[in-house]
Formats: sequence, structure tokens, C-alpha cells
Amino acid sequence: MKIIACVKRVPTTEVQAKVAADGKSIDTTGFEYMLSFYDDLAVEEALKTKEKHGGEVIVLTLGPSESSKELREALAKGADKAVILVDAAWHTRDARSTAKALAAKIKELGADVVFTGRVATDRDQASVGPMLAAYLGMSCVTDVVKLDLSAQGGNAQRESEAGVETVEFPLPAVITCDKGLNEPRYAGLKGIMAAKKKTIEETPAPEMPNASRVLKVELPPARKEGRIVGEGAAAVPALIDALKNEAKVL
Amino acid sequence: MSTIVVFVEHKSGSARRASLEAIGAAHATGMTVVAVATGPGAADLGAQVGAAGASKLVAITGADKYSPDGCAADVVALVQAQGAKAFLCANTSTGKDLLARVAGALDCVPFADCIELRNEGGAFTVRRPVLAGKASITTQSDSAVLCASLRPNTFAVASGAGPAEVSSVATKGGKVVVVSIAAKPDAKLDVKEAPIVVSGGRGLREAGHFKLVEDLAAAFGNAAVGASRAVVDAGWRPHSEQVGQTGKTVSPQLYFAVGISGAIQHLAGMRTSKVIVAINKDAAAPIFKVADYGIVGDAFEVMPALTEAIKRARA
Repeated sequence: MKIIACVKRVPTTEVQAKVAADGKSIDTTGFEYMLSFYDDLAVEEALKTKEKHGGEVIVLTLGPSESSKELREALAKGADKAVILVDAAWHTRDARSTAKALAAKIKELGADVVFTGRVATDRDQASVGPMLAAYLGMSCVTDVVKLDLSAQGGNAQRESEAGVETVEFPLPAVITCDKGLNEPRYAGLKGIMAAKKKTIEETPAPEMPNASRVLKVELPPARKEGRIVGEGAAAVPALIDALKNEAKVL
Repeated sequence: MSTIVVFVEHKSGSARRASLEAIGAAHATGMTVVAVATGPGAADLGAQVGAAGASKLVAITGADKYSPDGCAADVVALVQAQGAKAFLCANTSTGKDLLARVAGALDCVPFADCIELRNEGGAFTVRRPVLAGKASITTQSDSAVLCASLRPNTFAVASGAGPAEVSSVATKGGKVVVVSIAAKPDAKLDVKEAPIVVSGGRGLREAGHFKLVEDLAAAFGNAAVGASRAVVDAGWRPHSEQVGQTGKTVSPQLYFAVGISGAIQHLAGMRTSKVIVAINKDAAAPIFKVADYGIVGDAFEVMPALTEAIKRARA
């Protein structure tokens, strides 16, 4: 099976956002980066799929050359190859631009199944996965928490507001991975050594102008200063009174 | 007049509130609103979507089981047939999945989880949170069709207009099919949509003590249970309840943080709640910095008293 894990380098979840001087972007000075939380699940599911069905795992990203740090870790866990579509301004691409560039590369590489995270924890769009499927003519299931794959298709579970949905789909497919699907492994020493010999291909990301313009970036308004209404159970009447008569939410 | 297509989720002909909010937002742009719904009961939504501001309802027939790609194809066909300038849906699990499929098929940029929508002479701008709400970006769409999903509990539901004119069209069908849905026990409210959220954290010390959180939520009757990442990672609660950067972003009318210290990732997911109440033993916990009202104290002592008081207040 030809398996691709599509991943993204994002700021760590600890970062504090600051607006840049232009008012239209986020000041990334001092940011540290990581593989987006859910993309770790995508790498794990790709490796598990290879273990079960055989084949090859390629890890693909669109991002800066520095993404090689995250990709090297995926190689150490057992991925066969890694590809960076290099773009130092990767975080400024809109979802369409990112999806089209990745789709072109996936088409060239060929894939039976593409795994990606449910959402990247920087732009919070959750769009690139299903858009890849649209551009590649593949089927797609999002937010998957359980997966059973065969050579022709599969059966997936996803959590929606209604409950747990069971979804049938044919291959080739794009699967976006949600927490609960698997427990990502750690790279062992042997894997780390082997990864040093594996190749990371770097090619410039295809140009794909955005079809949107950022006008303004803002920080959320500071919350009005609150107050401690009291200590212990004795404070409950004061809280009820505040919720009822001051905040008017009861 | 230009047209805006809004996808309406419903359960056997009863519309999801977040979808009616999307119709309200669409109506507020001054454009003609065409609602579209699929599945059994879709054709019964005429009065509900009409009251909220839609002038037409298109019911997709033949789609007894939901197909995400089939539904996207049906929506795309409708957008094209209407020459619509925009497509909106609620930012639910189904909605954001549909949004990206529709945007991909139309080769347009999707904007998920929008908290503001403006139509200035045919140019659409949207505002949406990034980095789980640590910042928001206002973006102008340069696509032929604006494609956006709207955050629940953020836009107003309009009312008062007459029923929408109902027509129907057969589904194109899809390759991906939802064959069954295991409904949540006792129709539990989703944490993203509930007007009140009661969340618990590690301060509750063990999974069984979440009963204190569940009891308060039950006393309200319209509250959902939320959880911090720490307790989800510990396996006490399902990920579907996790609030924060690697969980859900919520903005209910009233949010309770019980035994949650307030890591930046959690604050990012709940700081747009209208009113925040924190209950924590540690007076120095960061959660008190964003809370409107705080009680310093042991959850095991405070929660039963609070639950009783809420029961009395609502009796």
C-alpha cells in the first residue's frame, strides 16, 4: 500500500500570540515549533497501516527547511521517506493554496491512503484534508477515532454532535485523525540511527497565490477583572446572587 | 439580488439551533437566503428556516443515510444553479467537514469557525480565531464564492418571517456513507453548542469524582460536561469533552471551571465565554485571572452546595 502522512510544523501550544508591527500578522519572534498534535496521530496511523498491509510510508509537509527536524523524527519512528515542499512563508498560505500545492505532490507520488491530522493547531481550519480529497478525487473521512482498512476501502468511526458515526468508504482515501485513534510511539535508538541514512527530499513548494487577504490581526480583548466572591461552600449564596442579579445568566 | 446558500442540519425535521444562527447571519448580509437540508424530514423545515430568514428551502431527497461527499456534491450543484455568492453552515463536526469539501469542489478558500461576517458591497470579510483563540484574523475573501462555517452560540437567530418556499431535488449520491450512528446516552448536549458548560480538571483527583461536575450540569438541565486535557489524557473523560487547544473551543453563556488550574491551552479554548466561574483550592491558580467570579475552596465541599442552590434557583 502506498501511504502518505501529511503533516505540518506549527508553533508549540505554549506560545503567547503577539500582533506584528504591520497589524496584519502574528509576530513569531521567539516562537518554538513542533509537529501539530494531530499530525503525530497521522504518522502513527501510517506506520500501523504499513505494518498491517505492507508498502511504504512517505511523510510530506509544506513548510520551511527547518521542518526536517520533525520529519527526521517521523523517519526514526519508521517512515521510509520524507518530502518537504519548501516555503519559508508556509504559515501565510490560505487553506486552498496549501491544499493545491500538497495535492499536486501527492498526485506525483501516488497514494492509496493519505493520513493527516484532524486540524493543524495554528490556523485551526480543519480544511486541508477534505480539500486534498476534493482536488485528488479521493474519498475522505474526517475526525476518525477508529479505523479498519482493507485493500479496497474501509470502515471508520468518527465522533459528531449526534454520537459515534460509522462510515464506509472506498480507497483511495484521505483520513483525518482525531485523538483516540492511536497512541503515537516514541522513536527508539535503532530508529534514530537508521533515520540518519534516510533521505529528506527538499523541493520548492509550487507557487499558488492566496485567494484571500488578511486585513487585521487582533488579540482577544482582555477580560474585565473578576473577583473572588468568597471561600468554601459559604460563598455559594454570594455566587448565586452575582450570577442572578449582576451577570443575569440565571 | 444575490443569493447565499445555507446548509441546515436537523434531526427528523427539527433544525439545529446553530444552523438557524447561520441563516440569521446570512439574512443580516441583506442577500436572499436559500436553505438546503438533506435526509428524512428535510422537507418539513420550511416554517423553521423561513422564520429564521430563509426565503427558500431546497430539500435533498433520496439521501436516507448521510453521505458527506454526496451532500457536498448536492450543495455545490445548488450553489452553481443559484449563482450563489456565498455558502454558509454551522461549524459543527458535520458542518466543517462539509465546508472544506464544498470549498475544494468550488476551488474557493474555506473559512472555518467564523465569529464575524460582513458583506461590504459584495466584498465579504470574516473574522475567525487562530491559535485556539489566542488571536483572531480578519480576512477578505477573494474567491468567487465565500465559503464559511460559523461558530455556534455567536450569531443571533432571527424570527418572525413566514415559511420558506419548499422545493426538492434528488441527491447525486456519494462514495462515503454514514451507515450507522450510535447516539450519545440520554441525548447529552455537545460541549461546543451548550449554553452552559461545567468543566472539571485534575483538582477532582479521580474519575469517579466527576459525578460532582455531572450533578451540577444535570441541575441546570441545559449544560454540557467539559474536561481539561489532563483528565482526558488520564482517561477519566472522553476527548469529545476536552476544552482547549487540542480539544474544543467553546463560548457558552456560562462556563464553570472546577479544579482546573488554567493552563494557557485551556484558557485559549474557553476565554470567550460570556461569564466564567472558577472553583479552585489554590487562590493563585491562573484560572482566577480570567474568571468573572471565583470561589477559593475544595470542590468536594463547594460543588454539592452549589448544585443544591442551582436546583433551588431553577425550581
